[in-house]
Amino acid sequence: MTTLDTYAPKGRALPGRRPIARVIDSVTFSVILYAIIVGGLVMLSYSGAQAMGYNWQWYRIPQYFYTVTDDGFQWGEISTGLVKTLTLSATAFALAIVLGLITALLRLSGLVVCTAVAIGFLELIRNIPLLVLLYLFYYVLGPIFGFDRYWASILCLAVFHSVLISEIFRAGINSVAKGQWEAATSIGMSRGQAYRYIILPQSIRFMLPPMTGEAVHMVKSSAIVSVIAVAELTTIGRNIISDTFMSFEIWFTIAAVYMVVTLILSVGVSYVEKRYAVE
Amino acid sequence: MSGNAPIITFDRVDKFYGDFHALKDISITVREGERMVVCGPSGSGKSTLIRCINGLEFHNSGVLTVDGVEVHEESKHIYRLRQEVGMVFQQFNLFPHLTVLENLTIGPIKVRKVSPSEAERTARKYLERVRIPEQADKYPAALSGGQQQRVAIARSLCMESRIMLFDEPTSALDPEMINEVLDVMVELADTGMTMVVVTHEMGFARKVADTMVFMDAGEIVETAAPETFFTNPASARCRAFLDQILDH
Repeated sequence: MTTLDTYAPKGRALPGRRPIARVIDSVTFSVILYAIIVGGLVMLSYSGAQAMGYNWQWYRIPQYFYTVTDDGFQWGEISTGLVKTLTLSATAFALAIVLGLITALLRLSGLVVCTAVAIGFLELIRNIPLLVLLYLFYYVLGPIFGFDRYWASILCLAVFHSVLISEIFRAGINSVAKGQWEAATSIGMSRGQAYRYIILPQSIRFMLPPMTGEAVHMVKSSAIVSVIAVAELTTIGRNIISDTFMSFEIWFTIAAVYMVVTLILSVGVSYVEKRYAVE
Repeated sequence: MSGNAPIITFDRVDKFYGDFHALKDISITVREGERMVVCGPSGSGKSTLIRCINGLEFHNSGVLTVDGVEVHEESKHIYRLRQEVGMVFQQFNLFPHLTVLENLTIGPIKVRKVSPSEAERTARKYLERVRIPEQADKYPAALSGGQQQRVAIARSLCMESRIMLFDEPTSALDPEMINEVLDVMVELADTGMTMVVVTHEMGFARKVADTMVFMDAGEIVETAAPETFFTNPASARCRAFLDQILDH
């Protein structure tokens, strides 16, 4: 009897991978190569700055995160700016989800009026640059409806992203098999009940990855509200630079803070995704 | 059977998909407790016929009355009607994000407003009836095709429907699983349920049907009792069809 251990393949052996391919693919080699590339870029920008006679003052950065004085612990400007960015993005994202879901449902309703309203809204927002949209909200709609720069920013971001989110909802809803609608309908569910209990719960797992992308996108595009001087992360960065002229250190720091936030978001959601994956 | 009251009545019903004439001048009556088996070549309108009964599709002209309610798109009673009419699909269409038990209770709880504990009791009773009580807490994906279809039958039964529609319930099953589903359907027929079944399982049809209907090209070609239908069909088209599927 042939066991797995003693079994010898009778056919011709397939050619193995070439040694060079194995080396290039090895972890050690990848890490070394990565370090060389990153190190090279850092060296290049550093030496460029040196050539300009730039005076690096990294030691002055930590105080903008927090300070510990005789009065005790205090958050710095960058930290409060970050909190502002996060609350602004989170509020705008929550509104964008509601608005996006409404737009998607209108579009899928099958009623001519609703579909027309949804498409009109989509095309209107999609074809205006974000910056112009922000000016419209701040200089035009703000005075008319009486909201300040903070709410102008939130509403602008919410409207802009709701368009993208509505497409995610639409794709997610459409990806649920037609038979699910029929089964829900056949046990007497109304359209609303079918959406709520059958369709949306199933489409969430299709929507989660692009939704994360959208959340990351939201945090990043919130930087644009610095042009109307809402005191979020980017505005704070500009303010500090106008006081200290440390533009290199501050912009590197601000960029790193954005990166950390968005990376945490992505990692968090991929964990949730694995956790709640439907087999 | 002929003494019972009519529960489904098609009166000169027509249905179009664009230019395609799917149902042509259909007039037929199903009485309470009657088991009707509909057969015919694919594309003949069988599925469309039964999907009109619970308003998954709407006919374009003629009158269709089910359980005293006239079925049409604007009908206010369509949701109530669908609760009275259970449907079992070819592709099972179980809700994959819910466990078997939740699949069975969501309709009664959300639509019929039954209490969760009572819904669960009913669900377990019907799972017992379809002989898979031990699968209650699994997700549909973990079940075989035959088991999934039995869950789908139990899901319809849980709505305490008075009419059950079957749209080729065994066509998507592996051959060795067909009988476990048919057995459940035969038992259901024995309880006196009104059933309209689209199927090619002629053995099943012989066993339970009160009435055989043969459809072709959107028309009802022949309606007969099973004895006559299988031994001496009136139309040549029906005879040709039966020869084709009974030969093997």
